[in-house]
Amino acid sequence: MVLEKERTYQVIGTRPVRPDGVDKVTGRAQYGADIRLPGMLFGKVLRSPHAHARVRRIDTSKALAHPDVRAVVTSADLPEPEDRVQELGEGAANLRELSSNVLAREKVLYRGHAVAAVAATNAHAAQEALALIEVEYEPLPAVLDVRDAMREDAPLLHENLRGKTPEGPRAAPSNIAAHTCFNFGDLEQGFAEADVVVEREFRTKMVHQGYIEPHASTALWNADGQLTVWTCTQGSFPVREQLAQVLGHPISRIKVVPTEIGGGFGGKIPVYLEPLAALLSRATGKPVKMQMDRAEVFEATGPTSGTWSKVKLGAKNDGTLVACEATLAYEAGAYPGSPVTAGAMTMIAPYRLEHVRIDAYDVVVNKPKVSAYRAPGAPAAAFAMEQVVDELAERLGIDPLRFRLENAAHEGSRTPWGAPHPRIGHEECLEAALSSAHYNAPLEGANRGRGVASGYWFNAGLRSSVTVTVMPDGTVSLIEGSTDIGGTRASLAMQLAETLGIAYEDVKPTVVDTDSVGYNDVTGGSRVTYGSGMAVYEAGRKLIDEIRTRLSKHWQRPVEEIAHADGRFRTADGQHDEPFKEVCRQLMTRGEGISASASVNARGGAGAFAVHIVDVEVDPETGKTTVLRYTAVQDAGKAVHPSYVEGQMQGGVVQGIGWALNEEYYYGDSGRMANASFLDYRMPTALDVPMIETIIVEVPSPTHPYGVRGVGEVPIVPPLAAIANAVYRATGVRQTELPMSPRRILETTLGVE
Amino acid sequence: MTKAHLRFELNGEPTELLCEPRQSLLEVLRDELGLTGTKEGCNNGNCGACNVLFNGALVNACCVLAVEADGGSVTTVEGIAEGERLHPLQRAFLEEAALQCGICTPGFIVAAKALLDSEPDADEARVRHWLAGNLCRCTGYDKIVRAVLAAEAEMR
Repeated sequence: MVLEKERTYQVIGTRPVRPDGVDKVTGRAQYGADIRLPGMLFGKVLRSPHAHARVRRIDTSKALAHPDVRAVVTSADLPEPEDRVQELGEGAANLRELSSNVLAREKVLYRGHAVAAVAATNAHAAQEALALIEVEYEPLPAVLDVRDAMREDAPLLHENLRGKTPEGPRAAPSNIAAHTCFNFGDLEQGFAEADVVVEREFRTKMVHQGYIEPHASTALWNADGQLTVWTCTQGSFPVREQLAQVLGHPISRIKVVPTEIGGGFGGKIPVYLEPLAALLSRATGKPVKMQMDRAEVFEATGPTSGTWSKVKLGAKNDGTLVACEATLAYEAGAYPGSPVTAGAMTMIAPYRLEHVRIDAYDVVVNKPKVSAYRAPGAPAAAFAMEQVVDELAERLGIDPLRFRLENAAHEGSRTPWGAPHPRIGHEECLEAALSSAHYNAPLEGANRGRGVASGYWFNAGLRSSVTVTVMPDGTVSLIEGSTDIGGTRASLAMQLAETLGIAYEDVKPTVVDTDSVGYNDVTGGSRVTYGSGMAVYEAGRKLIDEIRTRLSKHWQRPVEEIAHADGRFRTADGQHDEPFKEVCRQLMTRGEGISASASVNARGGAGAFAVHIVDVEVDPETGKTTVLRYTAVQDAGKAVHPSYVEGQMQGGVVQGIGWALNEEYYYGDSGRMANASFLDYRMPTALDVPMIETIIVEVPSPTHPYGVRGVGEVPIVPPLAAIANAVYRATGVRQTELPMSPRRILETTLGVE
Repeated sequence: MTKAHLRFELNGEPTELLCEPRQSLLEVLRDELGLTGTKEGCNNGNCGACNVLFNGALVNACCVLAVEADGGSVTTVEGIAEGERLHPLQRAFLEEAALQCGICTPGFIVAAKALLDSEPDADEARVRHWLAGNLCRCTGYDKIVRAVLAAEAEMR
């Protein structure tokens, strides 16, 4: 697509109020749990108390005898699924594994694994009835840590899992689901050229997206076989596909209605409750609503991987990076599919490196199956890589930002996946960081340190469809299918207004169900403002052409003589010159309606870079780390709504601060997460963080008509490493494990046990 | 289960209903009265998404039994605006882009109202301290704190 270069914008770059805003500040917006249908039943899930066990027998008779219970379902109510992989937009799922995760079959593989579901006339009765279901388990040894799971003598989760390797499937079953190798250049030669080499090992713990809205789904299975599901999801179309496969029901008989969604960050892509609510509705003939509690969200949805990594990086005395050797091992949870290959690619994407070998291992453990989490795989890999880069810079006596700048990837540099980088903004972000007020302000005081780090995320494109329709008053309706999590109704309406040359207020965006618009992939991969924006642009251009064709009859001029510019339709001789709205109002009084649709499969967005600067103070008595100042620099390509871009940057930073300093799935030996509540899984509060300063860099993406790049994910990539680098500068001790909790800081800096 | 008779003032209107003694105020507001603006994020008092004003004090509705509200007054997010005129906090949240997904927004607005009603000169540190009972996972709090301070300036 041709880039509209060097142009000025009327709407893009402004900061209007979002169309869904009033509903959200008055409490009227309908989220997943807000759905109510007449005659509705309430469902609850019985979950495994064991991290690993064989299911010998399930007896539901006593639960069914409860006076308020209307149905109980188990995996026996699901069809035997196919053993094949389904692409879900951001990641793929094996359908057999997806089905077994929805309701366990012969084995439970983590504490919280769903075993049965109950529908009753009220939620309290459904909860009581769970205790009446008898399940006979044969507990098995569990394995919870990625490196333990890789041992040859580790308990096996899947007796038939013969992992993929570059040489083909493994001879023997193991917990290693896949071994992928990224290999280019000549590693031996590379390290021979290096004057300085740093090698370190790193560990991070499983963490959760922490969206505030628990999963909630309501299903109505009609007697005619029509299934309707209301659910808070990042992707109504992928939910429809998963339901069709898991239930063995024709996809055309399923309608998914996306409600407002209270956060997702990648965690609301797989189905959990949706198929259960559907089965219970089929069994009872009534609508069934299901809602998780917070402990279920922690224990039974899809957090992101705990990881182990080893990184060896070499540079010449002149500051040139020459070689990188790394091993990454990521926990997939109970079924294969960790984001380890994304970690491997994103950790080296910011740099020009000639000699690289990265071995990436995807490993199953007895914990919940991971889902996507904001730039999946990248933050943990950057935690390792960006600390090693920092250490090399220090050894060479080079400023850490300048060291990165000297080695930064730019247009034409080789990506880890072979192709050259398109136009990217890593250098521009580093330069902006170098000249920022923050970086040039002195940091004084004891126990204080400043850290920096870079981060990269691919940014997805994927499939989007929209329909635009002229209203009788000349305004425009925009029908879209992308769940709006952080302001995409606004960012898409702004792009349509820009394309048509009309006011933002004259575009009314609506997110509709799967029957009412063409296919849309998930709201994920930082793709909606980019990819759905391209669909909006294309539909807008089609609408303009449709109007020109209609004006050609009306004005009795060849269509070529009718131009659209600056929101006006005009003829070259100046005889006709009218604004969009007026033209449309006139056309709408005669002839048929005016509408246009577009479906695009946008190729991957040119990647996004972020560079972060953070000042911390470490309390030597308590080990507590306080973030004093934080600046996030990011290439947005073109910031459609700068406030919402800043919001993504600030939110990603604070999520990263939580990951760096506090958050972890804390397990005892039993395989029970010991901190499955918001009290004990401590996410940052307003009191824990300062204002987050933002610097938006705009290096237009060559693949989007307005130069847009996705902005949602990359801001969580640098914080882990940036804070670790700052803590090192404050204390003189490298932090190689997350979270950098007060306890860990004391252990590592003072040797306190 | 025998139901309890409950009478209280809700957003300025007298309200009367029967509820189970085990139902929380949050459940009764959402499930019995259909006021779903008050959100459930954790159901154990740790996220603030269900903040309401109970007899003028800020509470987590999930931690109050509905029967405790008998004879009292409750204000929810639905009762913050004056008719169709938004409260300055609601306007500030929109203009300062202080929400993304919006699920925590009702709790933040109710909590911030409780603060500004009693401390019209709260500074940034006080606002952050007061709002530490409300979790937001999207915004990083920056724009929320700015919105509260902007509303405070307007109300002064």
